[in-house]
Amino acid sequence: MPRGERSEGAGCLQVTAAASALRRAVDVRLAAMLVALVVIWIALQVATDGLFLSSRNLYNLSLQGSAVAIMTCGMVFVIVARQIDLSVGSLLAFTGVLTAYIQVGWADAHPDAGWIMSIGVGLGTGALVGLFQGWLVAYQGIPAFVVTLAGFLMYRGAAFRVAEGQTIAPLDDRYQRLGGGADGSLGVTWSWVLGAVACVWVLFYVWNTRRERAKYNSEASPRWLDVAKIVIGCAAIVAFVAVMVSYPNRAKMDDAGNAPGMGIGIPVLILIVVAVVLTFLSHRTRFGRYVFAYGGNPEAAVLAGVNTRRLLVLIFVLMGLLSALAGIVTTARLNAGTNSLGLLAELYVIAAAVIGGTSLSGGIGSVPGAILGAFIIQSLLNGMVLLDVASANQQIFIGLILIVAVKMDVAYTRRRTT
Amino acid sequence: MTALGDAGGGPYREGGDPSANVPLVEMTGISKSFGALRAVDEMSCDLHEGEVVALLGHNGAGKTTLIKVLAGVYAPDGGEMKLRGRPVRFSSPRDARAAGIETIYQHLALADNIDAAGNLFLGRELRTRWGTLDTHRMAHEAGKIVRRINPNFTQTHLPVRALSGGQRQTVAIARALYFNAKILIMDEPTAALGPAETRMVKDLIRGLKREGIGIFIISHEMRDVFDVCDRLAVMKNGKLVGIQRVTDVTEEDVLGMIIAGKNPAPRTGAGAGTRAPE
Repeated sequence: MPRGERSEGAGCLQVTAAASALRRAVDVRLAAMLVALVVIWIALQVATDGLFLSSRNLYNLSLQGSAVAIMTCGMVFVIVARQIDLSVGSLLAFTGVLTAYIQVGWADAHPDAGWIMSIGVGLGTGALVGLFQGWLVAYQGIPAFVVTLAGFLMYRGAAFRVAEGQTIAPLDDRYQRLGGGADGSLGVTWSWVLGAVACVWVLFYVWNTRRERAKYNSEASPRWLDVAKIVIGCAAIVAFVAVMVSYPNRAKMDDAGNAPGMGIGIPVLILIVVAVVLTFLSHRTRFGRYVFAYGGNPEAAVLAGVNTRRLLVLIFVLMGLLSALAGIVTTARLNAGTNSLGLLAELYVIAAAVIGGTSLSGGIGSVPGAILGAFIIQSLLNGMVLLDVASANQQIFIGLILIVAVKMDVAYTRRRTT
Repeated sequence: MTALGDAGGGPYREGGDPSANVPLVEMTGISKSFGALRAVDEMSCDLHEGEVVALLGHNGAGKTTLIKVLAGVYAPDGGEMKLRGRPVRFSSPRDARAAGIETIYQHLALADNIDAAGNLFLGRELRTRWGTLDTHRMAHEAGKIVRRINPNFTQTHLPVRALSGGQRQTVAIARALYFNAKILIMDEPTAALGPAETRMVKDLIRGLKREGIGIFIISHEMRDVFDVCDRLAVMKNGKLVGIQRVTDVTEEDVLGMIIAGKNPAPRTGAGAGTRAPE
């Protein structure tokens, strides 16, 4: 990610060495988002009299944000490739309800594996819908905006038809764990193990970057900056785990009234896996390289012999799959499938992607940025609920946030190209 | 489809007199229409080893369409293409590249958001044994070839958006050279370049010519054409006006061919190498 930013420092000779090193080595946009998130959290903490940053609320925020973030990771690929997907919220509802419907229907016939099979059906349906949308866009030449706007209507309707408007509940206990909660969290020990692994990874990442730069004689970033990255990264991980384990799991309270810590929720774990896989895809595979190349210059990709149609189809399949995954996490958390799931999610997801630094003109975006953007949006939504803001006002506010985010993107792009 | 890379020029070079050789490229009666528009109409043209042939004509004369047919971007509606005497048919740019044909497009066909190495290897990425992108080796290789062409160019890690016109041109040329092109197509290679960079490109073309690479150049710069080319083919409305040796014609003759579509009257002993379509 820092690649896009290195040019920034080059022009200004006056800036001090430290500041220019900082600009070269740190993604300015990502850092700004991180600062924005911290500011929003502090503001909400003050406004809610300490309710917002309570372990209970942060735990809930981590679950709510995960579903949005899972989809936002996919939306980065869609938008980077100059496409859009307005159907993700409806598709979440359709696949979520379908998964619940199948699960309840198969519960008697397959008491052990029914819930796993229903997950397979849900994910498969998401992928198939993505295949269909991608085919319409890539091979039939219908703009993604139209295809997915139609999908926005169709899959919401399909979600209604599956359950005929009814709420499908209850779901399998094992399935419910995918949504987090008392049985769906890692607990204290495993949360700390995961945190330790993450810290080791941060260390390895910084060390490895340094080593590789040295190998090819590139400028190494200053030592203090590397140390700062490690300290900030590990501190954030430790703080996150500490908060998650400090939320008492009352379902497992013993007779003396001592409850063990909840720990990291399964949805967060799913999000981490998605983020790792997609980051790997975007940096280390041809697929990711071609998504970015296509977004930067579609003609260049065609002339380079990239099968751009297949590429677009794959992008929509990925998005469909992730929408279905978000549908599973959401239904598991709510322990119900209803056709109103994921209402307005497409807007939150697109807003999150843009806030997270994905450029609507294509070619630019990152998975970590997307996750950051998703948690900024979710924090605002969550905070407004805590503050008892009327839902009409919430909608107005989120709409304004979307406009501001895109305005920032436009300004950023213009400054870069002139 | 037919890979030419393996032929390596071996069997065909034994012929002694180079002009007696089988041409590197032989296009006969190539046609390509877009709807009702006949962009290229029964065009014939050839190219030999170590030869530079200019394609000239007005905008819309069909030059770019013709080279896109040769580069595998468009499938021709009619006609035949032979590489070293073997008929070929390309169904994608990949096929043409596999046959040793590299193209440098006018707008350079670079993805602005990706660095020089990424662009150089676009579509032909180097991979590790696990099938993942070998970004470090690509950066290393890109650095080597780019500096060979342009020693001042060190910023291979920047997105090409941040590069100057000459540097971008270097990336585009490096991309064609890295893969050992036998046939090079250059669409307006010196447009939008400063004098020093234009000289660099011309020197490069002469060097490639000495290595036996055949080059098609599309250009509007008459001086460049007369500087580096051996022959020129003029097109008008998709058709071939004529092919001339640059030593046989003047700039005015060529302008007459481009504008009026007329071949100049033969001067010295009607045409060794001069040829008009039937």
